Amino acid sequence: MWRYLGRRLLISMATVIGIVIIVFFIVRVLPGDAAIVRAGPYANEQKVAEIRQQYGLSDPIPVQFRDYISEVFTGNLGVSIRTNGDVTDELLQRLPASLELAFYAVVLAAIIGIPMGIIAAARRDSWVDRMARVFAVLGSSMALFWLGLLLIYFLFFKLRWFPGPIDRLAIGTEPPDSITGFFTIDAALHGDFGLMVEAFRYLALPVITLGFVLAAPILKMVRASMIDALESEHVRTARAIGVPYWQILFRDGFRNALLPVTTAIGIVFGYMLGGNVIVEFLFAWPGVGRYAYTAIQVNDLEALQGFVIVVGILYVGLNVVIDLVYAWIDPRIRLGKKVAA
Amino acid sequence: MSVLGPTSPDGGAQERVEGFIAPEIPGKAYQLPLWRRKPLLIIGLVILGIYVLLAVAGPFFVDDPRVTDPANFYQGPSSDNWFGTDKFGRDVFARAVHAARLDVTIGIVIALSSMVIGSAIGVVSGYFGGWVDEVMMRLTDVVMAFPGFVLALVLVAAIGNSVPNVVIAVSVAYIPYFIRLTRAQVLAERELEYVDGAKLAGNSPLRVAFRHVLPNSMGPSFVQAALVAGWAILTVAGLAFLGVGIRPPTAEWGVMVAEGAPDIITGQWWTALFPGGMIVLAAMAFQFIGDDMGAETL
Repeated sequence: MWRYLGRRLLISMATVIGIVIIVFFIVRVLPGDAAIVRAGPYANEQKVAEIRQQYGLSDPIPVQFRDYISEVFTGNLGVSIRTNGDVTDELLQRLPASLELAFYAVVLAAIIGIPMGIIAAARRDSWVDRMARVFAVLGSSMALFWLGLLLIYFLFFKLRWFPGPIDRLAIGTEPPDSITGFFTIDAALHGDFGLMVEAFRYLALPVITLGFVLAAPILKMVRASMIDALESEHVRTARAIGVPYWQILFRDGFRNALLPVTTAIGIVFGYMLGGNVIVEFLFAWPGVGRYAYTAIQVNDLEALQGFVIVVGILYVGLNVVIDLVYAWIDPRIRLGKKVAA
Repeated sequence: MSVLGPTSPDGGAQERVEGFIAPEIPGKAYQLPLWRRKPLLIIGLVILGIYVLLAVAGPFFVDDPRVTDPANFYQGPSSDNWFGTDKFGRDVFARAVHAARLDVTIGIVIALSSMVIGSAIGVVSGYFGGWVDEVMMRLTDVVMAFPGFVLALVLVAAIGNSVPNVVIAVSVAYIPYFIRLTRAQVLAERELEYVDGAKLAGNSPLRVAFRHVLPNSMGPSFVQAALVAGWAILTVAGLAFLGVGIRPPTAEWGVMVAEGAPDIITGQWWTALFPGGMIVLAAMAFQFIGDDMGAETL
């Protein structure tokens, strides 16, 4: 168990180092003058030269690399051109908003995807199964921004069920004092349930947008692994000796399907870290995705680079957590045996 | 196993019965017609066919997508302007049709180029192994540690906005999938006897790898390419929606959605929802095709 974890951690660290190096190459070494990109389209030569000086872009590549590495590994992601603020601070400040959105979206996706997958597998080739398949294909080919606009048009503009895409709370509403950074949880902890409901109402549309798209891969994975489990010999034996069907479904089916489902949720989280740029921009959600969007608009490469590194580290960290969950679910890993799945 | 594809009806029980060999059925076994067995594949191909027709012939039948008509701004869908007009009075349908040519081409080019490059690297990596394989696998690990969209986003931001740059950036994000897929296939394929035969016949290692092993390992990649084409259209449009890559006033679906998005909350739904719907329908067609051919559709 510990050997396994140690090995996983080592690989993750190597991956993080790899990410940091690749980001350097993308931003500094690729053709395209980093100074000109930073200066923007209207800069004159003098301005470009100033920026070249300021960011050390005329130094030889190995020197730039050394400076960059030593900065990044002390947690310093540089200074944003746009705000003059520290990129690390600005990202950390916006992270809770993104995580709250991501958390509820994954919860919604799991609530839709897992039961649908179980029913589809239990009633294979029935109309429920066919509906599930159509839903899965729809989800995998959905454009987040289109679904988001559709929801804004019908549920906000036409029906006024939910507030418009402006922020996490109505203009003028004071956010709750930060404990977890999740407005819904913080409001509940302070006993302000009106505020909690308001936070949920603002969360609704972006969460539905992301949740719908994320439910598709979870549904597919649950269905496929449930079918595998239900076709196994131990299930056949259980049926033969007369174990009730619902018990087989959950004890033999779903428990064995849990491993791939965990993987699916991990993949989904990773996908969302990219997709949230679109959803946060669309719903004016003040998280890291929107920060990246604004950075792109003004060629703020420092901020963009910081965003990519943070997303990469989150993604790698998530995979470590998933491996821990794996080891917890699956005794074969815990006991250091080879896993067939 | 394919995620949603058919599995053998007896759950593979037959293979496990030792010493039992299924008798050969003489003559051709009855099969349902293709459209009954794979309805989604047919639907996907029909939709894709319409798009290709639109992309090839469409632009000759509609107006210039750049022509503005300030007197007729924000007209709703009508028999003159099927998809209505936007804030400059441009015909949304004409722009969407011109965009079809650009978007469908880009999607297919990205799928093909990442497939060709990815499988070439994959066959070298899988067939020859050694340190090349080791380096390649670690590299794909790192690239796949980014969500694909974020990688494409930062690549385009760094190398600049243009259509070729978007194609390069999005292809790079998808190449690792094809490397992995081809490599896994090659690892199984190179153990087969015909490979020994090809070697004994005096073929050079490179020739065995590329002329014998690679063609036999491409099946899953072709299926995957169908899906990637759909995802690539979504990715390119998503980037354009954020103002990255393809920029206004180019007639491109993502650009059109971005330009039309603010109109949604003032009630002019047609400027964004029509081009957006064309993106989703195109992606769906590719998804249907890939899904019914048994791709790993996660």
